[in-house]
Amino acid sequence: MNLQPTQEAAGTRAALITLTLLLLGLFLVLPVLVVFSQALSHGVAASWAALGDPDALASIRLTLLVAAISVPLNTVCGVAAAWCISRFRFPGRALLVTLIELPFSVSPVISGLVWVLLFGANGWFGPLLARAGLHIIFAVPGLVLATVFVTLPFVARTLLPLMQAQGALEEEAAVTLGAHGWQVFRHVTLPNIRWGLLYGVLLCNARAMGEFGAAAVVSGHIRGQTNTMPLQIEALFNDYDWVGAFTIAALLSLLALLTLAAKMLLEWRIGLKEAAR
Amino acid sequence: MTVELQDLRKRYDGRVPALDGVSLSVAPGEFMALLGPSGSGKTTLLRAVAGLEFVDSGSIRVFGRDMDGVPARARGVGFVFQSYALFRHMSVAENIGFGLRMRPRARRPARTEIARRVRELLDLMGIGELANRLPEQISGGQRQRVALARALAIEPQLLLLDEPFGALDAQVRKELRLWLRALHDRLGLTSLFVTHDQAEALEMSDRVAVLRAGRIEQVDAPDRLYAEPSSAFVHGFLGESLRFACVVAEGVAHFSDPGLAPMPTNQKPGPAVALIRPHEIQLLPGHGAGHIESVHATGPLHRIGVRLGPRLVELLAPANGLALAPGNPCTLDLSRARLYPEESPR
Amino acid sequence: MTTRPQVLPGFRLSLGITLLWLSLIVVLPMAALALRPWELGVAGVWRSLTEPRVLAALRLSFGAATLAALVNVPVGLLTAWVMARYRFPGRALADAMIDLPLALPTAVAGIALTGLFAPHGWVGALLAPLGIKVAYTPLGVLVALVFVGLPFMVRTLEPVILELPRAAEEAAATLGATRGQALRHVVLPALVPALVAGFGAALARGIGEYGSVIFIAGNLPMVSEIAPLIIVMRLEQLDYAGAAALGLAMLCAAFAILFLLNLAQRRLGRYA
Repeated sequence: MNLQPTQEAAGTRAALITLTLLLLGLFLVLPVLVVFSQALSHGVAASWAALGDPDALASIRLTLLVAAISVPLNTVCGVAAAWCISRFRFPGRALLVTLIELPFSVSPVISGLVWVLLFGANGWFGPLLARAGLHIIFAVPGLVLATVFVTLPFVARTLLPLMQAQGALEEEAAVTLGAHGWQVFRHVTLPNIRWGLLYGVLLCNARAMGEFGAAAVVSGHIRGQTNTMPLQIEALFNDYDWVGAFTIAALLSLLALLTLAAKMLLEWRIGLKEAAR
Repeated sequence: MTVELQDLRKRYDGRVPALDGVSLSVAPGEFMALLGPSGSGKTTLLRAVAGLEFVDSGSIRVFGRDMDGVPARARGVGFVFQSYALFRHMSVAENIGFGLRMRPRARRPARTEIARRVRELLDLMGIGELANRLPEQISGGQRQRVALARALAIEPQLLLLDEPFGALDAQVRKELRLWLRALHDRLGLTSLFVTHDQAEALEMSDRVAVLRAGRIEQVDAPDRLYAEPSSAFVHGFLGESLRFACVVAEGVAHFSDPGLAPMPTNQKPGPAVALIRPHEIQLLPGHGAGHIESVHATGPLHRIGVRLGPRLVELLAPANGLALAPGNPCTLDLSRARLYPEESPR
Repeated sequence: MTTRPQVLPGFRLSLGITLLWLSLIVVLPMAALALRPWELGVAGVWRSLTEPRVLAALRLSFGAATLAALVNVPVGLLTAWVMARYRFPGRALADAMIDLPLALPTAVAGIALTGLFAPHGWVGALLAPLGIKVAYTPLGVLVALVFVGLPFMVRTLEPVILELPRAAEEAAATLGATRGQALRHVVLPALVPALVAGFGAALARGIGEYGSVIFIAGNLPMVSEIAPLIIVMRLEQLDYAGAAALGLAMLCAAFAILFLLNLAQRRLGRYA
């Protein structure tokens, strides 16, 4: 068999493939296996009981609540931002894009820090709001704000290149045919961006549910009240409750794997459509 | 008048103007072409009439209404895009019916009525069997007809077409030209049609407006445009054109190239340029400062290469049995040329 | 003509929403971060940043992140090359797994890696007889950061490798180069800008990393304490200005590094 001039020898290839798969297996697969193995180390019954623990349930509820607020908020605003930036020309567009990308470059702890600076006991607005009976930090509102900040870019930055690549011609055509604002968006734009939108929402949700650093800073670590799932994991781990910690971790890992699978599917879907064009 | 444009001006970011004082009128039922090289402003003009661009100054009146402040969706003008801009996720039938579905409740026809009109248009365009296909499943020529049907569905009285045949191959283009003009006549439309292809413009239109650098050079019926171009640019743009520099003095034009007989003219004295088509040049063999270099017998017209000093001129002459052998001296008679003053740079 | 309407609808509405959203969620908090440190005065900020404990933590955070990003260069290059150039059963699955550190919540990654490398963990137990301690040491921090940074390196390199012009490698072959020489002299230089970009991305992620690292780090002051932890501590002590100073310094340092790497990448790219 002749070797292509741009290919390594078969033996080399096999060796490299094996080495890579070993590394990936060790590095990526093993940690996930550890999570499930530790969760089930005392049997399924023990894991199930750990999930039924009131504090664990409260943390799951809180995580879902925070995600239920931040994801739709960032989706609606992300769509608005993508529409505004990709369909119109005005000074300061580049600045808006930079602001949208900013939370990505800010590390998690700093993402929580900034909210404490605003609403904490020593913050700009903290004392003022506290007198009115409103507590942001060490309470649920703080968690929501921190999560909104951290997940802000996902929908917008998925839609922006997509909408820019698709161009505004179909929307212009709709306008010449008599459609007004919402009609154009609903009938022409939305169907064209739906897979990209779903992708962005998926990533946004995964991050919202899994955020730890920022949440750790703004939460009061009060079990049963201000612990999201990642924070509950930390609390149980520090208490040496392996089964409890890894069981909740297993739940989040399942979410991560599902997100990865959906991501693969959507990428294939979007990629395939682009190729067909 | 269906369309009246007065002194339209538009400049993009302080650079070269896209529209530099364009005034134009389109009569009801007229098929007018906007012809010009790329960058001449013809597409900008079309889009301005549709409400897809806004001019800096000047007025646009469609059906007697001033369009200032009127958004595109309220103008009642049909627009066919160069790249068709079909809604990719809707079927052909859904695309065509879109404009009717978007009408406000009060003016919206019943679902069955919309379906009937869509069927009517599909049959008119000869694409009845494509009703349920998606845009990506049909050919370029078919997409073109869907785009046209979609624009016609809202029963516009003015139809604007932006280089509609640009992306199609030559054969399909020719067929669609004839068919589009026939449709226009049958439906009693008024159409404004942008193209850079002069043959197309001259073939299809009642009048042609030639644009250059944001200004209208000449508006006329095709035959007058071709026979009496008002400037050197229009002459050159409409067909193959040969330039001969000359100087006019006392009613006679003297050419700088050798081998050309001087010709009488009423151009003002001074430097000028004579433009002539290859088949308009008359060959006077037997004497003169030019000599025949090559003769190609291609069809009813012979392509003859004549050397005039450093320059080689190719002309077309009917095969009439004249003994035209390479090497023979000759003179060229340019009396059918059109003279224009030497152009100052714009 | 008075006001200029836009061709497409919804400009004012979408711009309004966007500006409100970004002002409240991004501009306001970042302003707080930028302004708060200065209530200590410039000298105070300097003092706050140069405390020995802080400096040790910064050295660890930046140092470990740099080292981890460096480790990710060959590992990421190998992975990206194999994924982009070779076909083998299960390739699509392996490719999807590379995104795992991105999809997995940091706390989960943190306890998983700790569980793996702790003295009684699956890997920790193998390394203990060799005298290698990973968990609760700076080495643990390094391992966690390599885990977290790998996808950034691979995802930056893969598209570049896919678009490498095969003609260059074919030319090298016709001129007599062995495959190894072609890789070293033709392919590798072409990848340098992407390697630098991937390095920068992994580095930026590693500097501020908290969740994946905090469990495996051990958090002993001056030894295995990362900078973000000091920020958390200062907040608990109500030293908001001090926390903000450190946060602002880390953010600025991260931006500066990215900026310099960007410059380097562009300069190197000219010879690609």
